[in-house]
Amino acid sequence: MTDPLTPVLTDTWDAESSWKLATYEAAGGYAGLRAALGTDPADLVQLVKDSGLRGRGGAGFPAGMKWGFLPPPDGGPRYLVVNADESEPGTCKDIPLMMASPQHLVEGVAITSYAIGCHHAFIYVRGEVLHVYRRLLAAVREAYEAGHLGTNIHGSGFDLEVTVHAGAGAYICGEETALLDSLEGRRGQPRLKPPFPAVAGLYARPTVVNNVESIASVPGIVAHGADWFSSMGTEKSTGHGLFSLSGHVTRPGQFEAPLGITLRELLDLAGGVREGHELKFWTPGGSSTPLFTAEHLDVPLDYESVGAAGSMLGTRALQIFDETTCVVRAVSRWTDFYAHESCGKCTPCREGTYWLKQILHRIEAGAGEAGDIDVLLDLCDNILGRAFCALGDGATSPITSSIEYFRDEYEAHLDGRGCPFDPARSTLFDDTPQAPPALAGAGGH
Amino acid sequence: MTAEPVGARSRTGYDAETLAALVADAEEIKGRYPDPRSGLLPLLHLVQSVEGYVSRDGIVFCAEQLGLTAAEVSAVATFYTQYKRHPNGEYTVGVCTNTLCAVMGGDAIFDRLSQHLDVGHDETTPDGSVTLERVECNAACDYAPVVMVNWEFFDNQTPESATELADRLRSGEQVTPTRGADSVCSFKQMSRVLAGFDDGRADEGAGAGGPTLEGLRIARERGWTAPGGEQAGAPGTPRVEVTPETGTGQSSAERKPTTPSDDTGPAGQADAKEGDDD
Repeated sequence: MTDPLTPVLTDTWDAESSWKLATYEAAGGYAGLRAALGTDPADLVQLVKDSGLRGRGGAGFPAGMKWGFLPPPDGGPRYLVVNADESEPGTCKDIPLMMASPQHLVEGVAITSYAIGCHHAFIYVRGEVLHVYRRLLAAVREAYEAGHLGTNIHGSGFDLEVTVHAGAGAYICGEETALLDSLEGRRGQPRLKPPFPAVAGLYARPTVVNNVESIASVPGIVAHGADWFSSMGTEKSTGHGLFSLSGHVTRPGQFEAPLGITLRELLDLAGGVREGHELKFWTPGGSSTPLFTAEHLDVPLDYESVGAAGSMLGTRALQIFDETTCVVRAVSRWTDFYAHESCGKCTPCREGTYWLKQILHRIEAGAGEAGDIDVLLDLCDNILGRAFCALGDGATSPITSSIEYFRDEYEAHLDGRGCPFDPARSTLFDDTPQAPPALAGAGGH
Repeated sequence: MTAEPVGARSRTGYDAETLAALVADAEEIKGRYPDPRSGLLPLLHLVQSVEGYVSRDGIVFCAEQLGLTAAEVSAVATFYTQYKRHPNGEYTVGVCTNTLCAVMGGDAIFDRLSQHLDVGHDETTPDGSVTLERVECNAACDYAPVVMVNWEFFDNQTPESATELADRLRSGEQVTPTRGADSVCSFKQMSRVLAGFDDGRADEGAGAGGPTLEGLRIARERGWTAPGGEQAGAPGTPRVEVTPETGTGQSSAERKPTTPSDDTGPAGQADAKEGDDD
């Protein structure tokens, strides 16, 4: 039985100058790389397969299997591209990881590159996090200086160049093929698959694209073994993961736990929903994963259980909303986001998100009519599964799930009634109960 | 493409000194990638660092550097929200108004700032100091409501703290991010860093804020740790093998990807999202 929280990636975050190479090495960092360089690359791929590590960027695809899809070496280049474009609403794990401990990622990049035969790796970080980009540039430079990157790494004969690349503001670039187009200097629009990046990725060469947390988890697996990793979590959802609690919770933050922990357990650690309020709805893995409610508090947060309960584990971005929050407003704002970020490539998403937004705005404003809810569902039905990439699908998740659980709340907005909620009550600063004037100054607060 | 130096016949309107510096920087950028075109995003950040926006000259410069047409460069520049097509203020003040921050107070903050500064979204104060923006989720939800100044974090804001912040920026005072460098640099300086030119400030500021460390704090308090290395995984109970051979029924190599692919892209639903990938 493992402990409720299992700090691995977070374990050095409270150290002095946690982002420095010396801090990371003092805590045992780069032991994994040294071990890896003495291992056959194929054995490393097998090790990661055996660990059961699944992609931490949302899809949950087995990382080792992804690496195993690369075709046999043909003498040409192969690439590793780290997806550090963390932008899914609610998701806030990779950015603090790279701020606090970028060396976890850099070591993972070195090991993974060695395992897949890559000699030039890229870290594509969103451009809207200036200091994180600085930390990554510095971390890579420090790693070069220490001989963890560059030519003939630690005398192994293995060469690796790493380029840290800043994006420029586009959610769609978190989709791996859009990211590759963006990294090639183009508009970030997704590519038709197949071919998958493993076969034809960056510059049409075999490419592995993995999320930050996935790659950062690799050094621990190499250092401690596949069994160590899989001793955490559930049978099919192994290992540790960052769970990000935000919203109407007493002490929001990052909680690194074995997969399979429940929101009830996490809320207990975080001091519960803010005082005097109760849970209304939440996202298990970002805004693109269907909403859950209080009835899902005990769903184990692993890929299988969340899927069986009708949503997706996604990025473990647990956004908590209490009873003061209007679900129509919340969903309407997410829909604005999807419409804004739709890349325009495919019609269902480009036009669909545009119309979803119009209808939600009019419902929110009280100008909606009885048929509007069904029009929303019909629109979603025409987007889900018909969009070119997952962005369109994700746009429908909050709408269909919120109508499923809160249809009466939508109806309460219709026919000129408008929003029954006071938005001030949801804020952190206007909800503090005011002392009645009669008691003011009567001693004690 | 010819071997002739681009600077010799640039169609940009940059003066010779500016152009020479840009050409040298562009060479460094292009050298980072197997294919120089991969340097287009950093090149656009670079030209933005000169004039505070992506100007006609900036577009032409990028095109000349990469052997593209101005239209091809514009197509890319207009796709990304961080590239400005008109002069930006010295500081971009971005208020997160995506759902979670909006609900927690981001809407109220934006409204108050807009009223206080008398500008709307993507508009700049007459003195050129502040450009106000609504921004999307910036991966700091545990610090909501969040305001970004030149893409540095100002966590847990209120309408009062945000208006005070804006006033200090307008009066030329230094401001310190909650998590970031010791002070906020100018929009042009920021753009240069994003082009990949390190300003040497990575060691400023903290590694993490309170919420980032919340789980770790509790684990320390209660003595909770990850299993202690190799021995920890119950010896004698091998894990169920889950790695199908390629080509077998269980292999996803031959399986049609479920919606989102395995990558997660943004969106995804199925996964997705976040962009991630993986």
